[in-house]
Amino acid sequence: MSDTPAPIPSLADRARRVNAGAPVVGVHFLGKTAVFVLGEEDLLFVAEAERRVHVHAGAVLASASDGTRIITGGDDGEVGETGVDGEHRVIATDDKKRWIDNVALGPDGAIAWSSGKTAHVRTKKGELRTFEAASTVAGLCFLPKGFRLAIAHYNGATLWFPNAAGAQPERLEWKGSHLGVTVSPDGKFLITSMQEPTLHGWRLVDAKHMRMSGYSARVRSLSWSADGEFLATSGSEQLILWPFDGKDGPMGRQPTILARAESRVVVVACHPRQPVVAAGYADGAVRLVRVEDDALILAREGDGQPVSALGWDETGQALAFGTESGDAGVLAL
Amino acid sequence: MSVLTEIQSSMPAPDSSSKIPVTVLTGYLGAGKTTLLNRILSEPHGKKFAVIVNEFGEIGIDNDLVVNADEEVFEMNNGCICCTVRGDLVRIIDGLMRRKGKFDAIIVETTGLADPAPVAQTFFMDEAVGARTKLDAVVTVADAKWLADRLKDAPEAKNQIAFADVILINKTDLVTAEELGELEARIRGLNPYARLHRTQRAKIDINEVLGRNAFDLDRILDIEPSFLDSDDHHHDHDHDHHHDHDHEHGHHHHHHGNGLKHYHDEEMQSVSIKTDKPLNPDKFFPWIQDLVAKDGPSILRCKGILSFKDDPERFVFQGVHMILDGDHQRPWRADEKRDSRIVFIGRNLPEDRIRQGFESCIA
Repeated sequence: MSDTPAPIPSLADRARRVNAGAPVVGVHFLGKTAVFVLGEEDLLFVAEAERRVHVHAGAVLASASDGTRIITGGDDGEVGETGVDGEHRVIATDDKKRWIDNVALGPDGAIAWSSGKTAHVRTKKGELRTFEAASTVAGLCFLPKGFRLAIAHYNGATLWFPNAAGAQPERLEWKGSHLGVTVSPDGKFLITSMQEPTLHGWRLVDAKHMRMSGYSARVRSLSWSADGEFLATSGSEQLILWPFDGKDGPMGRQPTILARAESRVVVVACHPRQPVVAAGYADGAVRLVRVEDDALILAREGDGQPVSALGWDETGQALAFGTESGDAGVLAL
Repeated sequence: MSVLTEIQSSMPAPDSSSKIPVTVLTGYLGAGKTTLLNRILSEPHGKKFAVIVNEFGEIGIDNDLVVNADEEVFEMNNGCICCTVRGDLVRIIDGLMRRKGKFDAIIVETTGLADPAPVAQTFFMDEAVGARTKLDAVVTVADAKWLADRLKDAPEAKNQIAFADVILINKTDLVTAEELGELEARIRGLNPYARLHRTQRAKIDINEVLGRNAFDLDRILDIEPSFLDSDDHHHDHDHDHHHDHDHEHGHHHHHHGNGLKHYHDEEMQSVSIKTDKPLNPDKFFPWIQDLVAKDGPSILRCKGILSFKDDPERFVFQGVHMILDGDHQRPWRADEKRDSRIVFIGRNLPEDRIRQGFESCIA
């Protein structure tokens, strides 16, 4: 590698600047509207105009979206739902006002959330189900068909069928603290991020283990490519993509390593249609990375404000980004 | 100094000015932790606190930002059984930092049975926690009337005393001056380095419990036992230990001219070593790494100020079980004695082996 890498083409000047006025902890698109999830209290809708919607009396701890609505969990013990019209309604309130740490949306419209050791699901019919995990629920994710909910916790993950009262939850064991969970779009692999800078995975058909390590920091952001062939991950001074294009997933294979930088990748978001990944860095830079040839385009200049959220609209024509300091933006491509 | 500096580089950045200080309150059941907590919160200091309490707390906490914790202790997956973190703290601090600006400091109140080590280790093992917050001190509240009994029957109580940076001997109105003296000596036998305060209803100047910087490397200035001032027995020893070795273990004590007794705990003790000869870093770092790797489970805490041969700067380090954190601190001053000092507090420490090991590191 040369000491002075050639400057990469930049679209940073074309981004619409948004001053969120608070740390951005997530971003989702509802149609063409970029919705920034702020660290406390509000969602910030950015379309032609900007509009703030109050959703929690305190910190917003978790959010999820299916493109038509945003589900949020707060330290006020509430689970809320906000539609594209900005109408907010409370879906559930924890009886002890415990923090709602995690939320997830199922493909059939089911909503999941957790507080402490308890995972809750409100099915599409509106029935409420609960599951008590052995330790605090650290991550939630519906499987692609929506019948099962994956729950990450200490010493592994559990697959729970909220709709089948008699069905025994399936337990996937691996020693250690599992903090996040995602399932491949084909439903064949379940991946957790751990307290240590490593990922753990199971092939669901036979619970065969896979360990994905070599990170310099805890992996906090995971994103599947549109075709499900790779999993993009943060946690290293490069963009790490694990291959999931065969029946063995990444077992015995090396990851693809792209977009090497001085600073660490902290957020990743795969383009919804093409093999392109948006990577947000701890130094504030956002790069668009073409997987095929590692071609890079700068979407935000590095300015020392760590990137904290990235999101594509459904068509992949707009990318929204937010930072810990509240400096955010939307880039139309 | 490869290994230790490698560890240091994986630790949170030393710049700690913008980090939120975290005070950990421990103490056996009924000692007065919550009384102290409420006292801290109600003083007119103008500070705002986020308070993390255990879910079994019975006394109400008068504060805006109170979070219930489950005290989940998680082992790290690094093959070391003493590398434990409090999973709930990782999660709660991550959530609290979304409300940055709403509070100036965090206070963690543990249950009476909690081990302080996983709490402390969380600040060194979790990068995100360590990058945003810093452990200020472990403050232990002890019940003047009952601590002596608890030290006999409750290993947790002993742990909390041995681990502490600040100890409040509370409810002193319930015991005689003599009993209090006994108790202090007993505490000193476990932990000669903590600041000791006598209190009633946990009444204390909050500056004695907050803003201590006990885990700040720059503040490892004085690792002399706190009680040296009142005990001339130790002043003239170079290789001072806080107790002699020829005693049969048990509650054997020495009477000194000033009437202070020394207690020796059969299990928990401290080892302090000093030398005026410079150390060889190429010997010291492998030795200390190896020591904590093997004996980490029994070492609760360690601290040191070191003078290396041909090195103009002081090196300071501290550790909790197997985790070490160290760095060059500043140049030795011309008028300063370049002594190296190292202290360990722990359980059944292999004292002779530690001494021999340390002495073999002399350049």
